[in-house]
Amino acid sequence: MKSIHISTKVNGDAMEFVCAPDESLLDVLRNRLGLTGAKEGCGTGDCGACSVTLNGRLVCACLVLGAEVDGAEIGTVEGIATDGVLHPLQQAFIDHAALQCGICTPGILVAAKSLLDRNPDPTDTELRYWLAGNLCRCTGYDKIIAAVQDAAQKMRAA
Amino acid sequence: MVAVTLWGSLRVFTNGRASVEIEARNFKELLDGLVAAYPGLRPQIERGVSMALNGRIYKEAWFTEIRPDSEVVLMPYMQGG
Amino acid sequence: MMDTGHKRIFKVVGTRPPRPDGIDKVTGRAQYGADVSAPGMLTGRILRSPHAHAEIVSIDTSAAEALPGVKAVVTSKDFVFQDDDFFRDVQENCMATAKALYDGHAVAAVAAVSPEVAKAALKLIKVTYKQLPHVTDVDLAMRPDAPVVQDGRSLETVPAGMSANVTHHSEFGHGDLASGFAKADVIVERSFTTAATHQGYIEPHACLAAMNADGRADLWCCTQGQYNVRTLCAALLGLEASQLRVTASEIGGGFGGKTTVFIEPVALALSRKSGKPVKIVMTRDEVFKATGPTVTSSIDVKIGMTRDGRITAGEAHLRYSGGAFPSGTVDMGGQAAFAAYDLAAVRTFGWNALTNRPKEAAYRAPGAPQAIYAVESVIDELCQNLNLDPLDTRLKNAAKKGTLSSYGPTFDDIGLIATLEAAKKHPHYTAPLAAGVGRGLSAGFWFNFGGNTCVTMNINTDGTVSVTEGNPDIGGSRASISMMAAEELGVPYDKIRTIIADTASLGHNDVTDGSRVTFAVGLATIKAAQDAIAKMCARAAKLWGIDAEAVEWVDGAAVPAGPNAGKFPPMSLAEIAAVSFQTGGPIAGHHEFHADGAGVSFGVHLCDVAVDRETGATKVLRYTVFQDAGRAVHPAYVEGQMQGGAVQGIGWALNEEYIYGADGRLQNAGFLDYRVPVASDLPPIDTVILEIPNPGHPYGVRGVGETPIVPPLAALSNAVSRAVGVRMQSLPMSPPRILAAVMAHDAKV
Ligand code: FES
Ligand code: FES
Repeated sequence: MKSIHISTKVNGDAMEFVCAPDESLLDVLRNRLGLTGAKEGCGTGDCGACSVTLNGRLVCACLVLGAEVDGAEIGTVEGIATDGVLHPLQQAFIDHAALQCGICTPGILVAAKSLLDRNPDPTDTELRYWLAGNLCRCTGYDKIIAAVQDAAQKMRAA
Repeated sequence: MVAVTLWGSLRVFTNGRASVEIEARNFKELLDGLVAAYPGLRPQIERGVSMALNGRIYKEAWFTEIRPDSEVVLMPYMQGG
Repeated sequence: MMDTGHKRIFKVVGTRPPRPDGIDKVTGRAQYGADVSAPGMLTGRILRSPHAHAEIVSIDTSAAEALPGVKAVVTSKDFVFQDDDFFRDVQENCMATAKALYDGHAVAAVAAVSPEVAKAALKLIKVTYKQLPHVTDVDLAMRPDAPVVQDGRSLETVPAGMSANVTHHSEFGHGDLASGFAKADVIVERSFTTAATHQGYIEPHACLAAMNADGRADLWCCTQGQYNVRTLCAALLGLEASQLRVTASEIGGGFGGKTTVFIEPVALALSRKSGKPVKIVMTRDEVFKATGPTVTSSIDVKIGMTRDGRITAGEAHLRYSGGAFPSGTVDMGGQAAFAAYDLAAVRTFGWNALTNRPKEAAYRAPGAPQAIYAVESVIDELCQNLNLDPLDTRLKNAAKKGTLSSYGPTFDDIGLIATLEAAKKHPHYTAPLAAGVGRGLSAGFWFNFGGNTCVTMNINTDGTVSVTEGNPDIGGSRASISMMAAEELGVPYDKIRTIIADTASLGHNDVTDGSRVTFAVGLATIKAAQDAIAKMCARAAKLWGIDAEAVEWVDGAAVPAGPNAGKFPPMSLAEIAAVSFQTGGPIAGHHEFHADGAGVSFGVHLCDVAVDRETGATKVLRYTVFQDAGRAVHPAYVEGQMQGGAVQGIGWALNEEYIYGADGRLQNAGFLDYRVPVASDLPPIDTVILEIPNPGHPYGVRGVGETPIVPPLAALSNAVSRAVGVRMQSLPMSPPRILAAVMAHDAKV
């Protein structure tokens, strides 16, 4: 199998890589671009730990091929903070103890940000359904919901 | 002499007795005394046991002091998650 | 013993500062098991048995070895023979020798230049199996004619004449059952089953091993205990402990499941053979098939009660299977089953049987949830039969200080009654119930442990403090440890940084298990701080030209003790540290010990559920957790343990299970079919923390991490049973099971 050459943008930066035709975007990010923020919890689209945005759409990076992202814009957890300043969601996760082990956190932050980008004032139910594809085994989700709502409120007020 | 309570399945090795008397001033002497008096207990003691002393559970503290009036209960070696 | 501190006013303990690893974890910077690589690194992969039970006739690795890019192939022959049962079982589970004992059992492994080559190499390994009859059900495994998983493994406590699969037997309790049952007005006797569940941490096992020909090795891995990894790997590979340095990565969840080794010895063996660093990352499918799970259980419970709600006798028969290897977890279940109650006659009989399932690993309060589920279910049914309030009934029978516990010792200070009373007072308990909604409750219990612990505390010359401890931080323990150091030293929390040492940098620490870290490492931290304080007082005394005994430590500074010591202004930690090089050299505190006296803990869970009688689906509407934490060092993290444990228990109660086919193979080795709770399944989880100080800790801390998984099983089962009007006796209460129970019931009436 011949490798494919891809040009893309990750968190606003132009990047190039070569990958095998069957290589997932998650493997590309983690193994070729050194962006290990997105995690592999399952590799089959069931846990959401690998959540990233692809042209603004929330996707599981384990279900996207590296070869598919030529010319695309990708957003990962590494791009959420700007100039060293935490995004309100990130700060809220720390303040509300919304992470324990933290392995689900990158995916949940990307997913929650993607929701707030389109719906700045979700109900708890909307939020719980939006995050239903992101497994967290440690927290029971309670503090995650509280953190996202707190961040949403602060972002609306800003 | 201290009275040591054993859990049920060990009693086949103590002639059916739930509690036996051993001369011991600490956990180590207690274990040695039990093995000497009731050799059938040796495999279990070698695999590991805990001891409850006046309600507090000790895992491997050989030199924990035992008084004649202490409540001493032998327990399986504790494991957690 | 150490209960002087209980009335002290805390400055840091009890507050909610941000955790030191927070920013790393919200920015993606934190490094977990799979996040590191090494130059020249190879990919390791493991070949696993497709059979539930098979003799390994031969393994031919020649074709795999010949494949370009393959640098090493290992089998069980590459490990050192173990004559100790414990080590041999761990080794056998990492790599099968004579028999594959379960679907997914490792039989060989390769290291290659890329994942693709490694995968191709696995296909070239020729294993000749002779399939054997298998058994995956615990009750079937106990029959005398069951296929024998391993022979000769029964302990001396197992009576003769049973199946060779029965490895353990234990009996606990006191009093005369016959006369106890004779006093009862009502006796209920029921049988229950619980499925094996997986810890379900989101991070699969991952490690990176580098070993040289001289036996010197480094291992990076996600583990709950780097020292235990060192002990096990050193034994399995024949290394000296000092030559194997194990570093614990950030850990993406463990819950007990990362207290042993699976891939680490394999990666080391591959690295030794290839002379290159080897990384192994499990797939989710491998995690389900070859790590974890809990025991599977089958339990009979019989309880007698008087008309006014006094329990007269309790008896339980527990049959657990910890998979293909002997397991003593049933001992824990037998001790915990009736621990919440003050009983004149109580007896539990436990059995462990081997089955062709993966080797059980610990999962939060191992053995207790199953036994307590069965007991609490029968108590609930008795309350229904006698028309008694389930909380009042539990209060009436609750164990308290001075109660002879069902497992032997007499209880010291415990918080069960206070916890039950808190539940009774809570608005949740008296909130009206809508039609079709069931309310359930359950008490729960766990022992908690201390264990071997070692802490070093360095006082830096700029007045900051570095704490080095040896227990991987899963739920924010670095914050709690820093808080206790700050409290004891009298300096601000943000002046302290706590790090987790590798095995070469600090003495042995037991694994992060048994809810031990905040208790035992906290205790060692306090003692290390006291050690450093004594040294700092001595330095101040030198400067002042007075006796060290004439100096005491108040609010982060050395001060003369009383007017006779002389008049000197307080000298702060920072001031003493600044001149430490001139007054005798660097200042550090240490403490190493075996912590005991962790103190048992009780929890009570209350939940409301609605069950759809058409589909059998259960919706949890409201959930409240009450638990005694002794002293909540960081209340938000204590709540987090309570909420997380409760939700894992909800998953166990409603959905999660290992499903084996007739062929003995695991049918749901993925998160799609092994369904853990997701955000939309759940209501908020309310928490009420009680603080009944543990007399064994200077701040009163008790372990909190494990107890919360115990009560949900029965709380949910009791709620569902009341909602549908049928006593549920099998977990998980998945929709098909609830439908079947409802239909069987409707057919009868
Ligand atoms: S790793 Fe992509 S969804 Fe789990
Ligand atoms: S914090 Fe551990 S999985 Fe979410």
